[in-house]
Amino acid sequence: MAERRSDRGGIAFGPAEGKNVSLKCFRESLAAGLFAAAACICVLAVVLICAFLLANGIPGMVRIGVFDFLTGTRWKPSNNLYGIMPMILGSLYVTAGALLVGVPAGILTALFMSRFASRRMLKFMKPAVSLLAGIPSVVFGFFGLVVIVPLIRELFGGNGSSLLAACVLLGMMILPTIITVSESALNAVPQSYYEGALALGATHERAVFRVVLPAAKSGVAASVILGIGRAIGEAMAVMMVAGNWPVIPDSLLKGVRTLTSNIVMEMGYAADLHREALIATAVVLFVFILSINLLFSILKRRAGL
Amino acid sequence: MAKFEIENLNLWYGSHHALKHVSLSIEALKITALIGPSGCGKSTLLKTLNRMNDLVEGCRITGRVLLDGQDVYGGMDTSLLRRRVGMVFQKPNPFPMSVYDNVAFGPRTHGIRGKARLDDIVERSLRAAAIWDELKDCLKKDALRLSGGQQQRLCIARALAVEPEVLLMDEPTSALDPISTSRIEDLVVSLKQNYTIIIVTHNMQQAARISDRTAFFLLGELVEYGDTEKLFSLPRDKRTENYITGRFG
Repeated sequence: MAERRSDRGGIAFGPAEGKNVSLKCFRESLAAGLFAAAACICVLAVVLICAFLLANGIPGMVRIGVFDFLTGTRWKPSNNLYGIMPMILGSLYVTAGALLVGVPAGILTALFMSRFASRRMLKFMKPAVSLLAGIPSVVFGFFGLVVIVPLIRELFGGNGSSLLAACVLLGMMILPTIITVSESALNAVPQSYYEGALALGATHERAVFRVVLPAAKSGVAASVILGIGRAIGEAMAVMMVAGNWPVIPDSLLKGVRTLTSNIVMEMGYAADLHREALIATAVVLFVFILSINLLFSILKRRAGL
Repeated sequence: MAKFEIENLNLWYGSHHALKHVSLSIEALKITALIGPSGCGKSTLLKTLNRMNDLVEGCRITGRVLLDGQDVYGGMDTSLLRRRVGMVFQKPNPFPMSVYDNVAFGPRTHGIRGKARLDDIVERSLRAAAIWDELKDCLKKDALRLSGGQQQRLCIARALAVEPEVLLMDEPTSALDPISTSRIEDLVVSLKQNYTIIIVTHNMQQAARISDRTAFFLLGELVEYGDTEKLFSLPRDKRTENYITGRFG
């Protein structure tokens, strides 16, 4: 190191400076070592989680029978029935519903912030969106419990804790993710596209919706994928409003249990095969998240973000 | 016959006085070149003609710009104005969509539907821009994957598709190689039959080669305006002479 440094400077060091340089060098390598260690901890954590999940989840899954476990529709640990189909479907339904609520609202908000809002408006909206992102999920859950659930009970009957409540609440929770990622994708669209459209006689709205938005489509799709990740991984808020029946729901007003809430609700007292079945549930969730991340990185590369 | 009549035009960007008392009349079905060193206001003048300066914050204009006797800044619909006065930008800016959709964007904007009609417009526009033979078999190709010269001719086709009367070109060849440049120059000369063309260029040889009339700008002022041949051979103003002989700029 010391040699390279003096080479670069092209200066011959006296003995005093040489000492100085080696000290500096030592400090630099120490810092580099620290950073490398920090990076290793991060990677190690991921590897450990993977190893733990697979080591503890796979044997249980095999003992139950992989097929029975994944496609079984009855979850009754007391009767040794461990079918997680209701929870897989529950997670998918809740996520799909959240997307129906959150994606249109989020994309339109991002469009508004990127191309329509005045600077004064933005000053107010940007912090609002980041605040929404920072609200803890248990607070969201509480909001759902005291506002959305009673509202659904009033409007549609039933007890309110339902698939619908979970969809609406999760839809709100994924808004900040969709808004911020979509907005930066929209802001990254070259101004020349917009100007080109205007020069052809297009109005502002047409230029934005027909040229700018399509140009940002990979980034917007990436925001949706991130939103899916957020929705499928959410446990606390969903658990507070979804009713949590381990049954495949046949209506929007029925209760639903997701993969995450299944784990959270029963992990506290589960033992033996029941415990292993819950860890196996986490493996399934992990596979979902992994594929979503993969999809996201593919889209991200294509969007050039 | 004058297509554009510019009367005592002044333009400010904030406190910067970018165009000073500019008056000139631009003849129909001629190529008019605007030349001058960077920052002399020639691109600014071009953008006042189709009101693209409206996008610039703090831009203020006095004076009149008449298109066929109608004041461009007197309540004319900008969408209609830009349909009549097309623009080709310095950097080729095709939309990130197919060749076909690029050309069809303008007509669709102005309410033309129906595949047969659009097909016809796309073909005619690409032919007019001398790029039909190269692209007729790949109309579905992503426009961003064309070469720079092809992209610029596609942008010209896109501008022609809305059947403008005037074509504004803002240094259309400055980002291109010499071969693409000469193809675009040939194209511009051939377009003169049907369109009034106003071209901003840094390249004096280009102005001399293709234009009928040339306007020389310096620091926001119109210094000299006349027939290209005369302006280049016998400039009346000392500053014009210095510029075209390469003494500054």
